[in-house]
Amino acid sequence: MTGKRTLPTGAHFMSGDIACAEGAIAAGCRFFAGYPITPATEIAEHLSERMPEFGGIYIQMEDEIASIAAVLGASYAGLKAMTATSGPGFSLMQENIGLAVMTETPCVIVDIMRGGPSTGQPTLPGQQDVMQAKWGSHGDYGIIALAPSSVQEMFNLTIEAFNLAETYRVPTLLMGDEIVAHMWEKVVIPPTSEIRIVNRKKPHVSPSEYAPFMPEDDLVPPMACFGEGYRFHATGLTHDERGYPRTQNSEVQTRLVRRLCEKINKNADKIIKVEEVMLEDADVVVVAYGIVARAALSAVRKAREAGIKAGLLRLITLWPFPEKHVARIAGQAKAIVVPEMNCGQIVREVERAVKGTPVSFLSKLGEDPHTPHEILDVVRRCS
Amino acid sequence: MVQEVVHPFAKYLRSAMMPHIWCPGCGNGIVLNCFVHALDELQKDLDKLVVVSGIGCIGRTAGYTNADSFHTTHGRAIAFATGVKLANPELEVVIISGDGDLFAIGGNHFIHAARRNIGIKVICANNFNYGMTGGQQGPTTPLEASTTTTPYGNIEHPFNLVHLAAASGATYVARWTTLHVRRLTQSIKRMLQKEGFCFIEVVSPCPEIFGRRNKMRTGLEMMEWFRRASVVENFSDPSKAEISPEKIVVGEFVNTEKVSYERLLHEKIAQINEKVMGW
Ligand code: SF4
Repeated sequence: MTGKRTLPTGAHFMSGDIACAEGAIAAGCRFFAGYPITPATEIAEHLSERMPEFGGIYIQMEDEIASIAAVLGASYAGLKAMTATSGPGFSLMQENIGLAVMTETPCVIVDIMRGGPSTGQPTLPGQQDVMQAKWGSHGDYGIIALAPSSVQEMFNLTIEAFNLAETYRVPTLLMGDEIVAHMWEKVVIPPTSEIRIVNRKKPHVSPSEYAPFMPEDDLVPPMACFGEGYRFHATGLTHDERGYPRTQNSEVQTRLVRRLCEKINKNADKIIKVEEVMLEDADVVVVAYGIVARAALSAVRKAREAGIKAGLLRLITLWPFPEKHVARIAGQAKAIVVPEMNCGQIVREVERAVKGTPVSFLSKLGEDPHTPHEILDVVRRCS
Repeated sequence: MVQEVVHPFAKYLRSAMMPHIWCPGCGNGIVLNCFVHALDELQKDLDKLVVVSGIGCIGRTAGYTNADSFHTTHGRAIAFATGVKLANPELEVVIISGDGDLFAIGGNHFIHAARRNIGIKVICANNFNYGMTGGQQGPTTPLEASTTTTPYGNIEHPFNLVHLAAASGATYVARWTTLHVRRLTQSIKRMLQKEGFCFIEVVSPCPEIFGRRNKMRTGLEMMEWFRRASVVENFSDPSKAEISPEKIVVGEFVNTEKVSYERLLHEKIAQINEKVMGW
């Protein structure tokens, strides 16, 4: 019997927001708290319909701060939890993203980027939040951020975001943009049995021996949840492995904050995903992500047709930054081109990684993303 | 050989986190004491209890209680607790926090949780100021009171917390002072047996920071004020429940039954599944 409850295995025509919502359900997400904001609203709308069919919780909170706080509470109470927002709401969430980092709360935050600053352009795309994703909350920390380029990836990477969040006990960000969120494309949803799902590791000691922030070799501590009898404490204050506040102790602060950064940095090779197209012999390499990477791919193909040895490095993981991949291509290429829908964010990371290879930055703001021809022109000039 | 004497309530406290950080004469310890008594009298299962706090002196209570506990960011305890309660309605979720945390930065979450009638229980220690950050003016600071940011006397009208809670839809609303230890304990017990959103305000002395600037230098002097001024007016109009140098109206203001958000939610989920799956 196929009830509506079953995941829609097979090929579908759907929007990016809906694909993201379905990806969350497929990943095992059973709690969504959010606040309506364009262009992320359809994720909430779709989950308000779908969540109950899986026994999951949908709640519209009073604002974005409440939404992320409720997500953390639900995660600590044992559910996989998510919220979705756009730039202004993402800004409001930053303090509690820091709390999620500090208390090592697995959760997923979807930020559908629109043009900013401030209310900006609610219905138009941007890539202006990618630095906010890395540095938005106060203090030092490691975080994971993924950038989907297609509706299919809105589905796939939402699942991946949950898996990473659960593996590393870290808030994981899905940084889409208005175009991938609103466009409709074919999406293939595999049978449930073929979807890889990761769950947080649980403690294997008795409650009296349990220290909620004692890391294992991968630098990630096993996680007990509320009501399981472990009776632990978690706080946003600097804390020792038992979770007790140690705000005056520089050694504890150093040990904790370094680990929060290192559990991401030291596992970067396992986390990072990129797509490499025609890079083997490329003289000019375009580095792009999100919707812009699709125009970049087209530009690279056109360049090849015109006899220019061009290639594409598509960043799927934005944070931790795929530094090694960028450095490697810089070693062989004559020029690098970075098109972005902002005034220069990821291009700075590229420049830091390439040391010496000339980088051309192609900035676009406003309505449409880059066209293949706009990127091709720059590729041509660099070749 | 001296036998080790264990306090009968030791099991309710996270002894490894002691000593606590509170000043002598502070009311926070009394709030915790009454809470623990209520837990004991009800024989509450500590494995199913979650204590959540925001930021401030009383916010440390979460850490001192030997249950699952979480110390959130400033003002967000209720929003966090909402996620906990919905994700696992079996858990008893209690928030113990301060007036600044719950009603300044957290005011929006408070009224919405009360409106939804989420089954979380809120105990607010109201000491009329921001003790931990050095005694600044807050949303309950009385008119003309002196604080570190109202050196010429406060000119902002304070919130009447029980009125606010009642108007927002709380199903249980009470106010006591830290002098009323038995009634406060009874009140907490009553609250813990209710289904929906419940609120207890505890007027609490902060002699070190607030009292010092307002001619009540010790905890005892503040307690003297509570003794002199408190009047029990059960089920009186919460809008008229004043707190002034002359009169502190205490009592139980609201005690009604209303189906909780989480029950409606889980009933709805069951209905939807019946329809969808034909179960
Ligand atoms: S500052 Fe005031 S509220 Fe804080 S512990 Fe001291 S007396 Fe208590």
